[in-house]
This record gives sequence, C-alpha cells and structure tokens, in this order.
Amino acid sequence: MTAPSSGAPLLTLENVSKSFGPVRVIDDVTVHVRPGHVQVLLGENGAGKSTLIKMMSGIYQPDGGRILVDRKPVVLDGVRAAESHGIATIHQELNLVPTMSVAENVLMGRLPSRGGLLDKRAMRATARRALDRIGLDVDVDQPVGELGVARQQLVEIAKALSLDARMLILDEPTAALTHGEIDALFAVVQDLRADGVGMVFISHHLEEITRIGDDVSVLRDGSLVAEVPASTAEDELVRHMVGRDIADHHPRRREYTGPDDVLLDVQHLTRHGVVDDISFQVRAGEVVGIAGLVGAGRTELLRAVAGADPYDAGTVTVRGGTLPAKNVGRAIAAGVGHVPEDRKNQGLVLGASVNENIGYATLRSTARTGLVDRSGQRRRAQDVADRLRIRMRDIDQTARDLSGGNQQKIVFARWVLAGSQVLLLDEPTRGVDVGARVEIYEFINAITADGGAVVMVSSDLPEVLGMSDRILVMSGGHLAGELAAEDATQDRVMALAVRDVDRDAEDHTEGTSS
Amino acid sequence: MTTPTTTTTSPTAPSRLRTTAGAFLANNGALVGLVALCLALFIATPNFLTGPNLLNIGIQASTIAVLAFGMTFVIVAGGIDLSVGSVAALSAMASAWVYSSAGMPGWMSLVAGLATGAALGSISGIAIAFGRLPSFIATLAMLSVARGLTLVVSDGRPIATSPEVSFLGGTVVGIPVPILVLAAAGLVAAFILNRTVVGRSMYAVGGNAEAARLSGIPVRRVLVTVFALAGLYAALAGMLLAGRLNSAQPQAAAGYELDAIAAVVIGGASLAGGVGRVSGTLVGALILAVIRNGLNLLNVSSFWQQVVIGLVIAVAVGIDVLRRKNTRH
Repeated sequence: MTAPSSGAPLLTLENVSKSFGPVRVIDDVTVHVRPGHVQVLLGENGAGKSTLIKMMSGIYQPDGGRILVDRKPVVLDGVRAAESHGIATIHQELNLVPTMSVAENVLMGRLPSRGGLLDKRAMRATARRALDRIGLDVDVDQPVGELGVARQQLVEIAKALSLDARMLILDEPTAALTHGEIDALFAVVQDLRADGVGMVFISHHLEEITRIGDDVSVLRDGSLVAEVPASTAEDELVRHMVGRDIADHHPRRREYTGPDDVLLDVQHLTRHGVVDDISFQVRAGEVVGIAGLVGAGRTELLRAVAGADPYDAGTVTVRGGTLPAKNVGRAIAAGVGHVPEDRKNQGLVLGASVNENIGYATLRSTARTGLVDRSGQRRRAQDVADRLRIRMRDIDQTARDLSGGNQQKIVFARWVLAGSQVLLLDEPTRGVDVGARVEIYEFINAITADGGAVVMVSSDLPEVLGMSDRILVMSGGHLAGELAAEDATQDRVMALAVRDVDRDAEDHTEGTSS
Repeated sequence: MTTPTTTTTSPTAPSRLRTTAGAFLANNGALVGLVALCLALFIATPNFLTGPNLLNIGIQASTIAVLAFGMTFVIVAGGIDLSVGSVAALSAMASAWVYSSAGMPGWMSLVAGLATGAALGSISGIAIAFGRLPSFIATLAMLSVARGLTLVVSDGRPIATSPEVSFLGGTVVGIPVPILVLAAAGLVAAFILNRTVVGRSMYAVGGNAEAARLSGIPVRRVLVTVFALAGLYAALAGMLLAGRLNSAQPQAAAGYELDAIAAVVIGGASLAGGVGRVSGTLVGALILAVIRNGLNLLNVSSFWQQVVIGLVIAVAVGIDVLRRKNTRH
C-alpha cells in the first residue's frame, strides 16, 4: 500500500487468489477498504473485478490468501456471513420486489409485528428513517416498481444501511442512470463517506472515478497492476488497465478494395421517445461504431433496423431494397444479421444444441417442402463452427455448457451460415474473455474484407475506438455527432455523448435496456 | 433432440458400452419405469401378460396417447392446453351431428370432426399468439366454451356416430383400430417434431421465444400451428372414444386434459418448454394405462387408483428433476 490513506481498514483482501478449474481468475491481489473512503476497482471486463466483489460479499471463497475484517481474519462463507460483518452489496440487478411497497422492501425479511400482525406504523416509521438518512423523499407506501431505476437503487442503499452496513459495495451503480441521477447518487455517496461508511465502487466511466473515488486498484487479467490515487490522469488509468499493447487488443484492418456500395441506408428513423430522427449509411467494407451512454437509444436503434422492434417513421434500406418495419424474417432475407445485446435471453436457446442454435436463421430457407435439411444443416453448421473455432465437445453439446465467448460465437455462426452481409452487433464482446474477443475482432475484419458491412454498438470505448472506421455518437435518442476513426478519442466521444444536458434536469427513466 | 448414440471416443470397449448404456438409461427413465412396472405386474398376476389384456391396454391407452401427442406440441412450444378434453368432445359431437342430424355422408363426418378440432385449436392459438393471452387462460376459456357448445349441440343427449367413426372403434384383421390410429398418430407427430421446419421451430420457440424471433422464426405463426395441431389431435381422440361407444357423449373426455399433461410430463418433457419427445409421451400414456389396468387386475378400488396415479406423476417428475440436476454438471 502506497496511496495516502487514513484509518484502519474495515476489510482487507490479503493476497487472495481464486481459480475456476485450470483458469486462475484472481492471482495474489490485495485490496483494502477503509472507513469513509471510496475504493475504486478498475479493469476491463474479465479482469477479475466481479470475482473480487463476490469474495467480499461472501459468494466466493478465496483459494489462497485471507480476508480480514477489522484486522481479524474471517471466513465469509455466504452472503449472511458478510452481512453480519456489516458488508452490503448493491448489485446491478436490484434485489427488490417491484410489486411491494418501498417500506416492505426496506424491511424485507424483518417486518415488525405486534401480536403476530404486521405493525404497519412501525414499518413505515423505520423505513422513513432509513430513507431520510440518505435524503430520499419518496412515499413509503408506493410500490417500488413505480420508481425509476435510480430511486430503486437508493431504496436498496437505504435498505443496506438500515441493516447496519458499515461497508457498501456498489457494482456499476451508474450504468443505468442519467446524469442528473448520477449527481444525486454521488451526493449520497459523499454523505456516506462523511459518515464513515467504507465503499467499493466499480464503474467503466473514468470521469466518475476522479469525481467520487479516493484510491484506485487497477486489475488486469486477474492481477493487481497498480494502486493509484483517484486523481490520476485518465490516460494513465487506461494505460494501467489495458497494458501497453492497446493496438493488439483491437486489430482492425481494412482490406476491402471493391466498390464502396451503400449496403445499409437508414433515413430519419424515429421511434417516439427512444430514437429521434436518425439517418446514417454504411458502405461495403466498413465498420461503423455507435457510442453513447446506456439509455441513449443505441440498442433501440439497432433493434429497429434489425426488424425486431417497430418504429414510427423513417426507412431502412438494405442493398437498395426497403425493409418493412418489425419484420425480422424480411431483414434476414435481405442479408441482415443481428447479434443482440443479451445473448442468454435474446441470442440463444440455451437448452438446445450448438447445431440447432447455429441453424435457426436458415431452418426455413434450406428446407425442402417444409422438411428440415438435417444432414446438410449439420454439415454446414459443423463447418462454420470449425471456422469460427467454437470450442465445444461436439456439435450436439448444449449451448448452456459453453463459455460466454463461445456462446457469442454461436450467434455469429448463425449469421455466417445465413450469408449475412450487414451485421448489427450489440455489445458483441460483453462478458467475453480476451482470447475469444480478439477472435471476434478478426471475424469482423474477415466479414468486412469480403465486402460486408458492420454496425457495432458498444459501451466499451477502447473497443469502439479501436475497431470502428467511423463512430456515431448517440445521446438522448438522437445523433449527437460523427467522428472519423483517426480523429476520435475517448474525450471527444464522451463530450458528444453527454452533450444533451437539458434532458438531465428532470429525473426520468426510459428505455428497456439496462 | 437427437439421441447421443455417437459418444466421444472412449479408450476401452467396456467403458464405452457403459457410457452408451448409461446415456440410454438417463434418456429413457420413463421407459425403464414402464418395463419395471410390467415385470412387477407379470409376477403379481397371471392375467397381465396375455394377448387380450395387452390389446385392452393398447385400446385404453389410445385416447389419452393421441391427446397427449397433441399436447406434446404445445408443451414443447412452452405452452399448456387445458381444452383438449372439451375440444375432443365437441369435435366428436360435431362429427355425429353432421351425420345424424344434418344427414351428410359418413366421410363428411370424419372431415367435420377433424376440422372442428383444428378450428377450435386455431382460435385458442390466435388468442395466444396475437391476443397475447397466456395459454393457460386462453385454453381454460376454450375448455368451458367447447364443453358448453357440446351440450348445446347435443341438448345434453348422446348422438349416434357414422359408421366411418364407429369403424375407429372396431378391429381390422384382429387388431383393434384404436391401436393402429395410435401408432399412425404417433409416427406423424414424431415426424412433424423432428423433421419439419415448423416442428424444429416449436423447440426453439419453447426454449427461448425471443431468441427464436430474432433468428427470423415466425413465432406467432408457429404458435397458431401448435394449437391447431393440438386441436386436430384432440378431435381424433374424441372420435376414437365416440367410435368405441358408437355415439358421441356430451360429457366425453371430461378431465382427460390432465391425463394428457401427465403423460407428456412423465415422458420427460419440461413444462418450461423446449424439451419433449413423442416416444416419451407414448411411454407416459402407456404407464398410466398399465397402472390402471394392473390395479384393476389386482382388484384395487378405483378410488385408490387415483391416489396411486397421483403419486406416480410426482415420483416420475421428481426423478426426472434429480436426473437433470446430476447430468448438468
């Protein structure tokens, strides 16, 4: 520990390690959490942040090293054990019952009773006190589901604090919030810091780290690579996070030399309240990245283009033919392939085999008089799976049993089999390990080298910057600007992404993406 | 799903044999149960393993099995159909009415019966796919509507069936026609589920409807087809039942939907959707028929039979859940 910090640590992970099978996901990492201190964990997806959090909250136990609470070694063998030491976690997926009232949610599992009956007065009063502590002014009788995500998160924080939490783990709490909501959350964090609550904070937004953090533990491939003050320059944080070989992480190559026909032409696409008058073109051999904050309408735009969702106005033209709205089948027939943001819930039938999953989009087009071409589909699926190097026991293995990266490759394989020329990728490498990620990038290169066009929505800025030829930045449902790859920097993209300040005055929630 | 007969290369022959046998047992737990049940009854009573009794079991199983084949489509696609018993009764009644009251030719009575079932199923399917009703609710409504219409059409009295429908309850060269129908209906259902585009789409829709939709599978059309097929199979079952009695009964097949669901679930299908096979459903229906038959032979009262069947359903599905848990890791 070199960073200037005060006070004895509430919690220390001391030289902890963790392996899953042969894979070492955490290797000899030490992290301290001090009272009145915000400890930031920074790292790429798969760097080991979530594994560390799970050790702190009792979900995983370290294989090596030890955990100290108040300088005494403890075993956190479950969420209850962590809670009993005053450690609470605010997960990205909130643990609230949307149909029950705020008060009931705050006191879930310990509702006050009098003579066996629910003591509603005591319940309301206790909940009120908990909410007041963080200055949250909501009706305690209102169902939690009627509150926006931001307020739900604050309810969960109030719940944790009313359980005498001394330490809060905030796992990407700002991911689904608007700027106004983030300000409100950070005000609460500041108050809690003054109260001496220790906090662990995870975020992919570097500017938030300087705003709210005290110290930063930078992780890369399961190891602690740096321990720096939060005031460290963003460039330096990024350098620590991705290592020196940034170029190799995003090996974009433009190898297409044919005619630069417009493959995808989107004009004035509008879906009220979500996507506002968006126009852009993508040419053969091109990768267009779409950047923006969560909730900016990127996923909604992509889904509308893919025919997955309806839209109110505008046209989508693929290779000269205009597509009807909300018709996935026609979009596929025109050569569109859509890799949705949530592969488990939208991309795959997890209980079905790799073979079946690869073949869904071509089930109909390869059939003869309604009968599936079983042997042909199987042969072609095997061929594509080999080409994309999907690591599986055999092609009949259940999709659920494959790793995230290999599952994502199955979705890609489906569109390779369908011969898709226009690929719409939504967070294509989320939750994908580094090796498979580079293979996906190489696949994007191969598709465009053959004259295909790729639209890639990603919240991973280095990925957008590294893999795109042009970058469109969305904000509040509309196109905030366009940057050529050579002009784009994280700062310029972020400046466009947050440009639309007037919308943030109101506390609003929108969209379905998280 | 394809059967894993092509296992990965094993070092020695015996271990390979063991894995193949293990996989077979793991995939056919219900079949093992059926064989064990038959063995036990063979030991317990001399009357069980006789030609006439086995044919009797086949006839008794046929109605439920045909209903359950239709139910297999629905459950594979992630739905449930509570209306098949009522739809069977109304279809049989429509068939008999066309012949006895409207005076149309006998072959028309067959067509009318099947068309009624398919139409009723399509209505449920449209309400589910386009009206966004949960299948439980839509088919619960159809259960009541179809039963009511059966009573309206028949005025609460049985109607005589056409000779063509009565033939379904007869025999051909010594083989009961219901058993032939059962076999044909099962083969067709298996063919649809395994070989056709719409059949494979049912597994995708039941496994993950959103992923299926984003892959270009016309989910709503598949759902309408699924319920239309369930209605068609229900009509066939209804006419099998009417044929045996030479008349369509207003209260025929009441409650049979639950036996059909039980047969599908005992056969290894998951109510969550995406999993299920016709062969499993057949075994499930046979298990139900064998238990009823065996308990009759053993002079167990019909009251106790219900208790036993309930326990069999719980145990069969419980074993299946445990098995899945173990094979997952």
